[in-house]
Amino acid sequence: MKNPTAKLSMLLAAALLALPVAARGEENGQFIPVLSYRTGPFAPNGIPWANGIVDYFELINQRDGGINGVKIIYEECETGYATDRGVECYERLKNKGPTGAAFVNPLSTGITFALTEKAPVDKIPLITAGFGRSESKDGSVFTWNFPLIGTYWTAADVAVQYIAKEFGGADKLKGRKIVLLYHDSPFGKEPIPVLEALAKKYDFQLTLIPVANPGVEQKSQWLQIRQLRPDYVVMWGWGVMNPTAIQEAANVNFPREKMLGFWFAGAEPDVVPAGAQAVGYKALMLQHGAGRARVHDDLDKYVYDKGLGKSNPTDSSGVLFNRGMVGAMLGVEGIRTAMAKFGNKPLTGEQVRWGIEHLALDENRLKELGFEGMISPIKISCSDHEGTHTSRIQQWDGKQWKVISDWYTADETMLAPMLKDAAGRYAKEKGITPRDCSKES
Amino acid sequence: MFYREAGHFHDKYRDEMAIFQIREDRIGIRLLLIAAFVAVPLLHAAGVPPFAGDYLFNAVLTPLLILATAAIGLNLLVGYCGQISLGAGAFMGVGAYAAYNVSVHLPGLPLLATFLLAGAASAAVGLVFGIPSLRIKGLYLAVATLAAQFFLDWAFLRVGWITNYSTSGSVTAPPLVIAGWHVDSPVERYLLVLAIAVLVALGAANLVRGNLGRQWMAIRDMDIAAEIIGIRPMQSKLTAFAISSFILGLAGALWAFVNLRSWEPYAFSIDRSFQLLFIVIIGGLGSIIGCFLGAAFIWLLPLAVEGIPRWLSIPIPADAAANLTLGVFGALILVTLIFEPHGLARIWAIMKHKLRRWPFPY
Repeated sequence: MKNPTAKLSMLLAAALLALPVAARGEENGQFIPVLSYRTGPFAPNGIPWANGIVDYFELINQRDGGINGVKIIYEECETGYATDRGVECYERLKNKGPTGAAFVNPLSTGITFALTEKAPVDKIPLITAGFGRSESKDGSVFTWNFPLIGTYWTAADVAVQYIAKEFGGADKLKGRKIVLLYHDSPFGKEPIPVLEALAKKYDFQLTLIPVANPGVEQKSQWLQIRQLRPDYVVMWGWGVMNPTAIQEAANVNFPREKMLGFWFAGAEPDVVPAGAQAVGYKALMLQHGAGRARVHDDLDKYVYDKGLGKSNPTDSSGVLFNRGMVGAMLGVEGIRTAMAKFGNKPLTGEQVRWGIEHLALDENRLKELGFEGMISPIKISCSDHEGTHTSRIQQWDGKQWKVISDWYTADETMLAPMLKDAAGRYAKEKGITPRDCSKES
Repeated sequence: MFYREAGHFHDKYRDEMAIFQIREDRIGIRLLLIAAFVAVPLLHAAGVPPFAGDYLFNAVLTPLLILATAAIGLNLLVGYCGQISLGAGAFMGVGAYAAYNVSVHLPGLPLLATFLLAGAASAAVGLVFGIPSLRIKGLYLAVATLAAQFFLDWAFLRVGWITNYSTSGSVTAPPLVIAGWHVDSPVERYLLVLAIAVLVALGAANLVRGNLGRQWMAIRDMDIAAEIIGIRPMQSKLTAFAISSFILGLAGALWAFVNLRSWEPYAFSIDRSFQLLFIVIIGGLGSIIGCFLGAAFIWLLPLAVEGIPRWLSIPIPADAAANLTLGVFGALILVTLIFEPHGLARIWAIMKHKLRRWPFPY
């Protein structure tokens, strides 16, 4: 007696196998993986950041037909901000496309640390615009890392410069109390060497207060701050730690005007959940702020009006969306620079690395691209993988961010020797011979 | 018909005490080892699709084998000795940071000695945190080991010398060299962890069949009766903690040095402890093969849930796939525990049992 269930399951299996398993033929284009996190505790910040990146790639494809005619093939991979998942995503996507991944932007300092080991072996550049290892600014040691437009050390220096200006000059910092409230993880600890050096130089009292991951428990830290009565609290948080800190500051009646978050603690998801309590909160800007530029009009016309893209015209002017766009733009322009030398075709990671290292965008070019006013002119070189060392301060007024300062430039005379020392130590530890930048073309 | 104990006559005590007594079992395990050690690298060298490239080795096989090794360590404690432990991730971390410190302060030491010292350090720490087990049991012991997890989490972040005063808290492993063999490529790293996993599994399997293992199982089943018949609970429980932590420390050193290469304390957080506990429970408490089956289940399932829609070309956005993974994960764990609470190892044992009787149904 035939078993009807067996017959049914065999039919089902046959049907499934007969499904046209569309062989995802190698589309011809430049493959760029997007390691994003749309789930997990950092999702509110990760989602707009990733949207900025993919919507800009879509814009390039729709408006320009690709980079010099070569379409961008992008694929997102969910990392959840976890280092091991980030490494798994990288391993899976690094060889996709006709020439492999052009570059990888990990969107996370933790994943950057892990990929810094793998990128030189696989020859894929890492673009860590605004985050990553601060010492990777030294391109002679960190050939494959590009912390474009800003590193944490730049941020720390500009923060102290702004605070000094608030008190009337660097000499007025003497005896003042500044607290660093930081997320207890690699990215949170990055600014400590610079702040300690500045504390010694200007003779102010620096107190370091860590917040355990993910940062929802901050009551004891803010009680400590209330007892200390500092002049300024510099906040180095990410994700849910930021709105929690603002609410706790309100609970202990610490004026929000005396809080200065760094550029990953200064976006809408950090202040909107805290509601009216966030009014007056200040934050550093990774050069760009919120608001629209000409590129947003292009986005509306070529992406959103066609029903493409992950975001929408309202959210696309947020701080983190702009950050995603800027990062994507720098990567695309790096590829374009490489194409000028290697030809208009899909490029390998090595060629793209050359392109990023020779990237130069002046005022006119930024205007052409539609990013006028968002970032300052940038020039990358072998010795300087950051390109520009400027920042501004913005303040939340309850409805939007307002830029409240001029451009500050980080003090290279102090940072350069620290940078050389840190990069040198890394080179010695890994047995890397630093490149001679004067010989590189 | 083919697979049965009948017909195997031993004429040496040695054969009677073997782990695999049925000839088909012995053939099977030999084929498996040959496939793992010889066939897989050959297929990689030949460029056959799933084995070509780095992905299978870097992202699937190496982490899976290291987690299986760690699960063996935890299974000895939880499955064989019955002491619930939620601190497995922290003990792996102790091993990882101990190996890092040995490599920094004693750079000339051979790699395998580094790993063994890492295991020893973790064993010492495990011994200390195992002392509460002499007074408390079950859920209370779980809480005490949870305290170990949080304490060690704090220590990795705040105690400077553990990370060699690294400013960021992130540390990097040195290049791996064993007697002149540079373990660089993904296949070489896979072979290294495979060798260590096989040795640990062999050691653990023999340990649980011997005197110590029987003491542990007696304590697990009824510790008061065990004490009455002469088993000393302090010695048994503390050796369980020590040996379990040794293996966990070894696995942690492998996870850090071979798999991650550069890590931060969060890699050994409570999530890692839960992951190991789930591997041990799903795989089967009190079984060595269960550790490998559980590790495969826990590690491969998320990759399968994201990979199958991609293979069938059904476009699913990345975050939906991640959330779907969690849902399917939870559902499958629930289903497994309802239909077979003793885990995958029991399902494997039932399959072998049925094979013994085949073609008869009972």
